[in-house]
Amino acid sequence: MSSDNVLEIRDLKIGVAVKEPNGRSKDIEIVHGVSATIEKGKVLGLIGESGAGKSTIGLSSLAYGRGSVDITGGEVLLNGRDIMKLGRSGLKSVRGKEVCYVSQSASAGFNPAKRLIDQVIESTLEHGLATRSEAITRAKELFAALSLPDPENIGSRYPHQVSGGQLQRVMTAMALCPKPDLIVFDEPTTALDVTTQIDVLAAIKNAIHLTGVAAIYITHDLAVVAQVADDIMVLRHGKTVEYGSTKQIIEAPQEDYTKALVTVRSIEADQQEAVAAPVMEIKNITAGYGRGTTVLDDVSVELYAGQTLAVVGESGSGKSTLARVVTGLLPPRKGEIQFEGKVLTPKQPNRSLQDLKDIQMIYQMADTAMNPRQTIGTIIGRPIEFYFGVKGKELRDRIDALLDKIELPRDIAKRYPGELSGGQKQRVCIARALAAEPKLIICDEVTSALDPLVADGILKLLLQLQASENMAYMFITHDLATVKAIADSVAVMHLGKLARYGPKQQVLSPPFDDYTDLLLSSVPEMRLGWLEKILSSRKMQSAGN
Amino acid sequence: MKFKDIPISAWIGILSTSVFVFAAVFAPWIAPYDMADPVGQVWEPMSWKHLLGTDNLGRDLLSRLIFGARTTLTIAAIATLLSFFVGAFLGMLAAVVGGWIDQLLSRFVDLLMSIPTLIFALVVLSVLPSNLITLILVMGVLDATRVYRLSRAVGVDINVMEFVEAAKLRGENRVWIITREILPNAMSTLVSEFGLRFVFMVLFLSALSFLGLGIQPPQADWGGMVKENKDGIVFGIPAALIPAFAIAMLAISVNLIADWLLNRSADTKGGRGEL
Repeated sequence: MSSDNVLEIRDLKIGVAVKEPNGRSKDIEIVHGVSATIEKGKVLGLIGESGAGKSTIGLSSLAYGRGSVDITGGEVLLNGRDIMKLGRSGLKSVRGKEVCYVSQSASAGFNPAKRLIDQVIESTLEHGLATRSEAITRAKELFAALSLPDPENIGSRYPHQVSGGQLQRVMTAMALCPKPDLIVFDEPTTALDVTTQIDVLAAIKNAIHLTGVAAIYITHDLAVVAQVADDIMVLRHGKTVEYGSTKQIIEAPQEDYTKALVTVRSIEADQQEAVAAPVMEIKNITAGYGRGTTVLDDVSVELYAGQTLAVVGESGSGKSTLARVVTGLLPPRKGEIQFEGKVLTPKQPNRSLQDLKDIQMIYQMADTAMNPRQTIGTIIGRPIEFYFGVKGKELRDRIDALLDKIELPRDIAKRYPGELSGGQKQRVCIARALAAEPKLIICDEVTSALDPLVADGILKLLLQLQASENMAYMFITHDLATVKAIADSVAVMHLGKLARYGPKQQVLSPPFDDYTDLLLSSVPEMRLGWLEKILSSRKMQSAGN
Repeated sequence: MKFKDIPISAWIGILSTSVFVFAAVFAPWIAPYDMADPVGQVWEPMSWKHLLGTDNLGRDLLSRLIFGARTTLTIAAIATLLSFFVGAFLGMLAAVVGGWIDQLLSRFVDLLMSIPTLIFALVVLSVLPSNLITLILVMGVLDATRVYRLSRAVGVDINVMEFVEAAKLRGENRVWIITREILPNAMSTLVSEFGLRFVFMVLFLSALSFLGLGIQPPQADWGGMVKENKDGIVFGIPAALIPAFAIAMLAISVNLIADWLLNRSADTKGGRGEL
């Protein structure tokens, strides 16, 4: 092998011990012979949907298996040595020195009781790579390289005193501090807002470039990985689907699955014009929690039957609070909501059954939105029983009809939510909302927790149902690609205020206000060199700085 | 759930608890003598005639132990049920309704819990007429404070889940929310707690009887039997240790079962996956 290879994975097989109902454990292979090489200073992107084995493969380069995951075959060569054969003490000298790890959730990865600087230099000192003062100097250089504000003093803060995007960069500094040969980035920007993601991405790319470290970059977002990786490996069900240079994967994908990933965000609904009177008028709503700060400030939007209003914004922009006001969980301080021409009672417990039936909600996390102790049949049958008093055979027929509509097999009614996949669960939640025959459905980030191809299916289903049932959707999301896909009108929220509101074409075409420009330009595009181009042309800095 | 999934420790617990329950249910048929008859000398040693010897009045110790199982188990079980109905209902109510009802109940429970249970029970029982109903009520109500705390804590956790919010938005009333949405998810925690509380009830009842405020003679119960025979220990007579050993055995075996249930409820599927 050439001496330039930092990491060489040869025919890697990984198994997981699954406990069977009879108490015996059985090995199931989850990665079936994957091979890859990373040269010095190069970045390999691992991409795939959840369960593809991308994190498992990434962690194998630290010879680590989460839970009962075990490496059952193949070799992982780090700097020419098989790290599987290193043993406990050998691994200890490699981890944190030659190979480091950056996790998805930086806030969960830091010890909240210790200052950042102590955690950043910990492994450097542990391995005796530098004296304390040298390590601190290096950490400060890295903070500067990652364009963190106030690099001299930020280290003396505690994890809760910096923002999520900054914390993710501090974690990158922590990984870079011992001057490793390889860093594993496990979805480092997935939990961040889109405008923050772009800064972290740029910082990581810059730091990789400056230090010349090799990296594995794990993500489910092809557009993100296209910006940082030199090579991309597309994984599915623990197998390599396609492995090639970033340019080839993005511009000339060979396999059908890769093609589907590259084109996933291309559905786009035609914008419908508002014709009839609106189903719901939200007028000058101001709301907040307790006596504290105002979360929503003078927001007015309208919803029309058979159309979708997309409410876009970053976390903290007040978009979910708007949903709480509409559902009546949070009565507004000022303003009113008109529903079908009548004023809607502000408090949910005082609303009429008819109003409750007409406004339904679908949640982001289908896992927690369904009672794990109820069967699917009970979950979607209860609204029918509750609102329409239907029982017995007719109820079962209507449940079957609903399952047909959401394209799930009928026998799923006897199963429990825990036995379903993420996409199936979200479909059941849609069916539950649909069961009430509502006039308005509030969709709160319904596709954010799903893999892109699955999310695509959900969006198509929602559009299809909207066409047949003529419901209005209030679609809360932070993802502008989703907005383009389904919205008729768009409300851009920023710090509790409407930054921009109108028909989709108008909102998404220039001239933009500064915030909308920042938001729109931050959405990663599946194009090489997009990151560099966009950073040089922005009008406004994101909140992360 | 399959039988072979049950760990050996739980089997031991189930087996020995069943022996106690069996003895309690069929006491009149399996006890060799009547529990109140003096059938021998005072503190006779173990023999074929009296398998465990006799007590301080010459009564057969095995017979009293068997009848004592009946009294102890019945009263402890009724008191535990009472404490669960009261505690779990009020706890769930406080969790779901919140506000001043929660404040009122929680502070009242704090007040009750701040007084040592045994001393509180002694005072109440010495004032009130001593009969079984008072005894059960006092034990049940005092223990309900613990159950209240647990079920309120579990209830508050589940109450903020989105499926409960979905039920509220649907317009479901509180009875449905408590019984259909929250309780099924709190059940495994409560059931395993039931075992533990039952053990504490047995200990509590034995302590009360030992102090002379529990079961009144000539009724046999284990705590009372320890009290009756405690003077024998000075003369090297083990009669007091036998009921004490029975109390310990029951506590351990119920704990073994509760431990297994708790493990099951702690697993990621909430135990449901194995049912």
